[in-house]
Amino acid sequence: MRDYRQCSGCRTCEVACSLYHEGKIWPEASRIRVFMLVPGAEVPHLCAQCHDYPCLKSCPVDAISWDEKLGRVLVDKKKCISCSKCITACPGNVPFLHPGDNKATICNLCDGDPQCVKICLRGRWNTLWTVPRTPSFNYRLYAKKPDQVTKELAENLYGSQRAKELT
Amino acid sequence: MPRGYAGKFADIDLTTGRITETKFSDEVLRQYVGGRALAAKILWDRLGEKWEKVDPLGPENILLVLTGPMTCYYPGARVCVTGKSPQSNGIIASTVATEVAMELKTAGYDGLIISGKAKSPVYILVTDNKVEIKDAKHIWGKNGQQTLRAVTKETREELQKRLKKRGLQKEPAVLYIGPAGDNKSRIAAVMVKWAHGCGYGGYGGVMGSKNLKAIAVKGSGPMPDVADWSKVRELIDRVYEFCFANDGMRRWGTGAAGYSVGAETSSEPVRNWQEEWHDERSYGVDKFERKVWAKRYWGDQGCPTTCEKLSVVREGPLKGAITDNPDYETQAYAGTNLGIFQPEGDVYVNAAIENAGLCGIQGGNILGFAGELYQRKILTKKDIGFDLKWGDPKAFAALAEKIGRREGIGDILAEGTYRAALKISKMKGVDVTKYAVQAKGVAIGAHGTRSGMDYVTPIAYTCSVQSGDHTSPAAWTPEGPRGELSWGFTDTAVICLFNAMPVPESVQFEFYKAVTGWELTPEKWYGEIALRMVAMQRAALLIGGPDAKWKPADDENPPRFYEPLPSGPKKGQTTDKAKVAELKRKYYEAVGWDEKGIPRSSTLKKLGLESVDKALEKVRK
Repeated sequence: MRDYRQCSGCRTCEVACSLYHEGKIWPEASRIRVFMLVPGAEVPHLCAQCHDYPCLKSCPVDAISWDEKLGRVLVDKKKCISCSKCITACPGNVPFLHPGDNKATICNLCDGDPQCVKICLRGRWNTLWTVPRTPSFNYRLYAKKPDQVTKELAENLYGSQRAKELT
Repeated sequence: MPRGYAGKFADIDLTTGRITETKFSDEVLRQYVGGRALAAKILWDRLGEKWEKVDPLGPENILLVLTGPMTCYYPGARVCVTGKSPQSNGIIASTVATEVAMELKTAGYDGLIISGKAKSPVYILVTDNKVEIKDAKHIWGKNGQQTLRAVTKETREELQKRLKKRGLQKEPAVLYIGPAGDNKSRIAAVMVKWAHGCGYGGYGGVMGSKNLKAIAVKGSGPMPDVADWSKVRELIDRVYEFCFANDGMRRWGTGAAGYSVGAETSSEPVRNWQEEWHDERSYGVDKFERKVWAKRYWGDQGCPTTCEKLSVVREGPLKGAITDNPDYETQAYAGTNLGIFQPEGDVYVNAAIENAGLCGIQGGNILGFAGELYQRKILTKKDIGFDLKWGDPKAFAALAEKIGRREGIGDILAEGTYRAALKISKMKGVDVTKYAVQAKGVAIGAHGTRSGMDYVTPIAYTCSVQSGDHTSPAAWTPEGPRGELSWGFTDTAVICLFNAMPVPESVQFEFYKAVTGWELTPEKWYGEIALRMVAMQRAALLIGGPDAKWKPADDENPPRFYEPLPSGPKKGQTTDKAKVAELKRKYYEAVGWDEKGIPRSSTLKKLGLESVDKALEKVRK
């Protein structure tokens, strides 16, 4: 789960994610990426684990699979041909090609212990947290493009008039 | 290659458009580390011989944007911006929290060395191992918010086009200037987001003098390797623990002082420092929190403290004003110093100051100075264009805009408090320098010395090589000189002071070693690197020029700091002149300077600064 309005924009989640998955600090390889298109309207952007996984359906080489047990999408990097189809199929354009190996990269919930959530709760920012998986369509609501979310958040923060001038 | 460094600096000559790479030897990096100290080295090497003749607002000046080895490993990103300061004519290292630091290092650069002057307005775009100079004619003259929006949009769209297959691209991080910078104001800041900025030094004006409107940076690589990743991970966790426990700072930021520095320590500027006390409960951090905060925790890349806030005025006559924080300094300088005691008014003036591209401290100081001249009928409605009454946010905001545009009286005020005071004294035939609260060209941070209850010692500003900088105050202790020598470490390693304060120095030094692989001891820092840094900055300050030069007698507090406090718990008290003289002597001695405050030959030679020693010969005469 996520609450954009609480996000401090500190990006300690990106540090935690890349340290876990890459063994070093590498924000552009982080599976969670915080967009700051307008200061104050920060958007933590990560896989929403949709119930109907459009990314999986779009993959021409079956590199993407669904892990029922942990409720997550998995990418087989050996199979991935870097065609970017999963990126366009995702309603939020969440996947990206890794800046190092150029393969599709999607959050795998750190095998059930997401590091981004851990640091966010430890730092009491409470922007990210986990919930038990239920068969809900609502997850898909978070698969939104950051540009759209930014506009809505900016309206909430600054009022519609100012938001128009700033976004 | 040394660990923790990307290994190269981009050397950008805006006159010719030539871009080269500069590398420093391990030996130089061990001696000068990064940020503030390394900047002093670069500036001395390149401009030292002709320092006196270098116009800080001329093409010959060099603008530096530097990281340090610990930047972005130690939690909380920051860059150090410096050059020859158009305020002090010395070297003032000004740092700001920004993603630019992370983007630079992941793009393969430790910093930018910018010289010359572009023929027409440009901005610099830095991507992985690549620097481009882009046209900025269409952005020149735009205010802060418009500039940031335009540069962010344009550069992100460009990257999106280039890297389409990779997926959505994040926005580049941006340093920019507002109209005050475009118009070469000496009190213009290098801005980030809404209202952070490198304010001290006046480097916004330096950017403007180079026709450089913005610097946008986006890297996509990993941070450079460190000596010991597992140790760095462990230390990041320890720093988190210290910062997470720093609850008051996290919850309120420095804004908590908006009430306490006025009410308790009686050292907050009120109406251009005519008073330093107020007991105005309408100005507590709780009021800011309930009335204007839109975010309780806000921060820059990697920051565990997130002491920033975000404020918005949602209704009423000041509706639509947006600012970062306000932190303590901007609560004081755009608030109490102008007789404003309402959060909404303070946010409104702050928004005007930053949109003009002015430094919050230098800008608020000059507005207060103008306010006092209006109160004393030295400046009139005719001079200003409107009434300038204490407590009127719209009037002070309008004056900030005029300063940004250098319009009317704004043209004189854009020169900063020190120079404006000289000009107005001449223009009006009255000595107004006694109302100028500045030290050697730099307006003083919002912590007074008269009550003796704040953290600043009586020589904080008189002996600082960064003059009025409240984050680089000089201090003498029986253990030796501290103050700016301690805090100077954060400017040099380029980490945030507020993420360093709760962490023991030994842990910070351990962190340096885990990143670079090089040992750092207090003896090495205080006895060598820090001393070298302040000696070089001091020498540049004493040589000064071309427009202002400082004599030993200028190592003084502003006249106002010797007037008795008219109110508050320490009513009647003032800064003790004899104490200043005594501490000054002790401080000079402790840092190896002579009785006039000139670094001794023997000190400089011991520190390997023979060329600095030679350059000081003319000052010693």
